[in-house]
Amino acid sequence: MSKVNTAAPQSNGSGVFKRVAQKLLERNFLLFVTIVLFIIAYVAGLFAFKDKNFGNLQVFLNLLISNAGLIIIAVGMTMVLIIAGIDISVGSVVAVTCMMLAAMMEKAKMEPLPAVLIVLLFGVVFGAVQGWLISYLKLQPFIVTLAGMFFARGLTAVISLEMITVTNEAYVKLAQYKMYLPFGGYLNRKGEMIYPYIYPTVILALAIVVLGYIMLRYTKFGRTIYAVGGNEYSAMLMGLNVKRTKLLVYIINGFLATLGGVAYSLNTLGAFVELARGFEMDAIASTVIGGTPLTGGVGNVIGTLFGVLIKALIETFVSFQGNLSSWWSKIIISALLALFIVLQSLLAMRKEKQR
Amino acid sequence: MAIGKEILKMRHITKNFLGVRALNNVDFTLRAGEIHALMGENGAGKSTLIKVLTGAEEFESGEIWMDGIPHPIINRSPQEAQHNGISTVYQEINLCPNISVAENLFIGREPKKHGMIDWKTMNKKAKEALAVLDVDIDVTINLENYSVAIQQMVAIARAVDISSKVLILDEPTSSLNDFEVSKLFAVMRKLKERGLGIIFVTHFLEQVYEICDRITVLRNGELVGEYEVDKLPRVQLVARMMGKDFDDLAEIKREHKGSTGKEEVVVEAKGLGCSGKIKPFDITVNKGDVVGLSGLLGSGRSELARALYGADRPDKGVLKFKGKRFTSRAPIDSIRAGMGFLPENRKEEGIIADLSVRENIIIALQARQGMFKLLSRKEQEEFADRFIDLLKIKTADRETPVKQLSGGNQQKVILARWLLTNPDFLILDEPTRGIDVGTKTEIQRLVIKLAEEGKAIIFISSEIEEMLRTCNRMAILRDSSKVGELSGDEITQVNIMKAIAGGTTV
Amino acid sequence: MKKISIFKKPITQYSLFMPILCLFLVLIVNLIQTPHFFKITIQNGVLYGYIIDILNRSSGLVILAVGMTLVVASSGGTDISVGAVCALAGAVCVAALGTGETYKMPYIAAVLLALLIGLICGVFNGFLVSFMKVQPMVATLILFTAGRGIAQLVTGSFILYVKPKSFTYLGSFIPGVPIPTPCFVAAFVVILTWLVLTKTSLGMYIQSVGINSKASFLVGLNSKVIIFLTYVFCGICAAIAGLISVSRTASIDANNVGLYIELDAILAVAIGGNSLAGGKFSLAGSVIGAITIQALTTTLYAMRVAADQLPLYKAIVVVAIVAIQSPVLRKWFKNLTLKLAPGKPVKEAM
Ligand SMILES: Nc1ncnc2c1ncn2[C@@H]1O[C@H](COP(=O)(O)OP(=O)(O)OP(=O)(O)O)[C@@H](O)[C@H]1O
Ligand SMILES: [Mg+2]
Repeated sequence: MSKVNTAAPQSNGSGVFKRVAQKLLERNFLLFVTIVLFIIAYVAGLFAFKDKNFGNLQVFLNLLISNAGLIIIAVGMTMVLIIAGIDISVGSVVAVTCMMLAAMMEKAKMEPLPAVLIVLLFGVVFGAVQGWLISYLKLQPFIVTLAGMFFARGLTAVISLEMITVTNEAYVKLAQYKMYLPFGGYLNRKGEMIYPYIYPTVILALAIVVLGYIMLRYTKFGRTIYAVGGNEYSAMLMGLNVKRTKLLVYIINGFLATLGGVAYSLNTLGAFVELARGFEMDAIASTVIGGTPLTGGVGNVIGTLFGVLIKALIETFVSFQGNLSSWWSKIIISALLALFIVLQSLLAMRKEKQR
Repeated sequence: MAIGKEILKMRHITKNFLGVRALNNVDFTLRAGEIHALMGENGAGKSTLIKVLTGAEEFESGEIWMDGIPHPIINRSPQEAQHNGISTVYQEINLCPNISVAENLFIGREPKKHGMIDWKTMNKKAKEALAVLDVDIDVTINLENYSVAIQQMVAIARAVDISSKVLILDEPTSSLNDFEVSKLFAVMRKLKERGLGIIFVTHFLEQVYEICDRITVLRNGELVGEYEVDKLPRVQLVARMMGKDFDDLAEIKREHKGSTGKEEVVVEAKGLGCSGKIKPFDITVNKGDVVGLSGLLGSGRSELARALYGADRPDKGVLKFKGKRFTSRAPIDSIRAGMGFLPENRKEEGIIADLSVRENIIIALQARQGMFKLLSRKEQEEFADRFIDLLKIKTADRETPVKQLSGGNQQKVILARWLLTNPDFLILDEPTRGIDVGTKTEIQRLVIKLAEEGKAIIFISSEIEEMLRTCNRMAILRDSSKVGELSGDEITQVNIMKAIAGGTTV
Repeated sequence: MKKISIFKKPITQYSLFMPILCLFLVLIVNLIQTPHFFKITIQNGVLYGYIIDILNRSSGLVILAVGMTLVVASSGGTDISVGAVCALAGAVCVAALGTGETYKMPYIAAVLLALLIGLICGVFNGFLVSFMKVQPMVATLILFTAGRGIAQLVTGSFILYVKPKSFTYLGSFIPGVPIPTPCFVAAFVVILTWLVLTKTSLGMYIQSVGINSKASFLVGLNSKVIIFLTYVFCGICAAIAGLISVSRTASIDANNVGLYIELDAILAVAIGGNSLAGGKFSLAGSVIGAITIQALTTTLYAMRVAADQLPLYKAIVVVAIVAIQSPVLRKWFKNLTLKLAPGKPVKEAM
């Protein structure tokens, strides 16, 4: 899998796009399906919400802005799923990250940078402990990370039972720092030229996706992840260091979980015990929708990016629809999710039959 | 190069599995520039000795010495073994199906450019590594897309490419045809010239005598002895392995009674086909027939069998079973109607690894009985014991998980599963793969006996001699279609080879 | 131990030993903490005490763990929707009975309706997993998010109270019976399941499909239907647990009934020594696991840990419990003791 752009010798010059699509179709069908479904959904949105400026570039960028943290975490999740593991602790880790940041900056009056570094270090240690339990003690990933989930959530409550709002000037400034794009502007009602903008977290998230892609595709470590996920015993017999690889994946994942937590915290600027409840399910669902199954050995981060975007798009639909009660929107989101999952699986099954 | 110094010495190796003594005080010596056969019946401990040597399993006591290292070594993992110059092809293909062929060959030692994996070079080198074995395939697609034989060749190519001092091949030829075997042997000879020591496990005696210099025989986890090939005639080798004298294979020979057209037809397929898998074919199997399916791997042998059994649903043609039109929606229908199917891929489609030997034996019968008619525990035990005896399945207990049995014994368990259902029509896809000489003969006898009792049998094997011995008719396949049939006196090695190779249709 | 024929493997028997030991340890800690822990008294004609409380409160979890065990065994995946299904089934039952002085419809009809809802949820999950080949966790994620939403719709997002006293019987005591009703229900579900698994070949089928579905297909098992059935069964179990839960408080709060209980159910399965990768399973292990978790929670509450901080301690104990069950760790210990006791060669120790 993930042979997205191995160079094809017999190029006919013209259709690079066509060639990439062809390759995708052949080599990474799930990713292909994800991208196509995203495009279809997006176009459907264009028609459905024509009067509400859905086509505005900013609407699209908002998908990225509000989900930067999720993208970062989903990249980590992708690696974990490829190695045939799972991590359900990430939601709680986000909560504890935000809480630690808030407590350090508000209660201990620390500067943002050291606070962030401490939090990231915590992520690495947390990931290392989980990874060690999973790879060296051979405990089941679901259970270890379930315990991790409990632990991080409990720790959040131990730090503070009350909500903390971040007021640190530098941090707030960073959180609100808009980076305008040099293009895609439009005139608003007052006749001013408005350019679409993003936040630094978006750049960070996209950079992580690119790094993740390169690591998974072009490094020995990355390829070992696939091998181990495909068949752990075989990988061991082939002379690969299975345990160390697994440990490293969980360490990276722990790091990315806290990094995503930092991005999340820049969006929320505060923390409370119940923050990011169920976030792990968002991460897992987006990753799986992006073509990385839970069974291991298959997947890639580009798909994951689209998985997150699809989830975000569905949520945007619901919010564009307006005035839905929160449970109705939950039901509709699930229904759309179900529809998407079923479509994806139907297409995959048809493809399977053709083979 | 003459056989040189000792490069590997194993002394007093002992290994237990939960109360089963797999190796007891075994010595083994390998010299540079020799091909050393490791022989023994199923469950003798050959694979275990290899796994212990390469660090895939731990052992209780004993010492391993390697040339050039002044102290005994213990390989804690296959990684360490590779580091010490030992490369291995294990018995069950151990590659990763979800990554490309090229990666399977090079993972862990990928060629790099600017610190990044250089895919182009890797694919090129992969092609070269496979070319040594005359395999020409697209190395950029996932391994899972290829047949067992190709996967086996890839595993061999990988080990050969890594090998520096010792090369271990555990039953590499069990799924290869003669042509592929000859390629492998050529490569082995070349490596031997270069001074490598090669450990070779096989159940094919002719291969031992063709290529090996020395033989070490194991029996029941104990060393029987080490012999030079020229000094140990075939009959004696078998006697050493089995611990008793043995009447040679030669005597089994079925008279090839040609079709008289009077036999009761059991299976009759007309234009049966399954798109993408097997092109429409006709075949009839009569009561008492053993019909062989012959053809290269990937020629559609297994696919034809699967279509008959309903494992893949045919989308063309008609099938008549015992005179009535029969459509199978799923294997259970076929089983109820009286079919049995022993699949080719033991690990993936045969054994249910964590279930016990007993459960693995009775499960098909139980499935036929249905959910609510549970066979009583006593019946189950009786059935299991009967077949453990009959097929001489080597297992600690009938409650042992089947995954703990040696490869050949797992195969026997699956065979027992189908014999227990007493089918009228039995499809055997490579039933003797990985089975030792003694038992192989037993199984061939059994097949003939079953046919004489009036069963209809389809028999698939890569080993032509085996088919010559057992089959009275032979269907030839090429490129996913049935191209001809041989019967009676036409069934000779030459004819079959010719037919498989193509050119003239029979 | 003649009864549990499918679990009668020596290894499984051995591994059942650890879960029991863990439960035992948790109880011992209690005994030290609270000396009157094992005291059972009779107050107002019903049994009373910590032990009874643990058994009573764990019943819902036991029932869920039974359903979850089969789902895990057959499909190698988990059903994370059970908590939401609990809430939904409870909501439907309460809404059907109404908030008046008398029931709007016969009690039994409302119960059956709730079970039907559980069944439908199970059918939905099972259909997605077995016939649409959606990964279990993702398939059940749909009801995980939607279930509570639908429950809110049913209750109009109010907390509803049921007035007639008889509604509480299921969750507490039937007049004249000193043992809590949930214990009976749990025992009934466990025994019935166990009978079905051992007196038919279903138990073997489930394991077989969970271990190797391709091979199972070829020996004539209908893997899809078997997986489907386990999800349907799990849905029904969730509905039963939901009924008990609403009966305890005689009310429904769709936001909180069965919240996060799916995690405890999965944990129970694992603490019982079962692999979440599917295949071989031990029902008894899961039941013990469920009781252990409740005992742990009760203990922590008895030690006055704040509800929000409770997960922290729970996490540590859970890791300890699964770690001592790890064969790797046991081997380390064995090697350590061998090293500490020299003169005893390894060979003989076998
Ligand atoms: N993982 C295991 N657990 C328990 N017993 C095992 C295990 N692996 C092998 N054994 C036992 O050790 C013995 C030797 O097995 P081994 O696989 O070495 O045989 P073999 O000589 O390679 O046979 P074959 O020709 O069938 O491959 C057998 O009795 C087998 O049942
Ligand atoms: Mg072997």
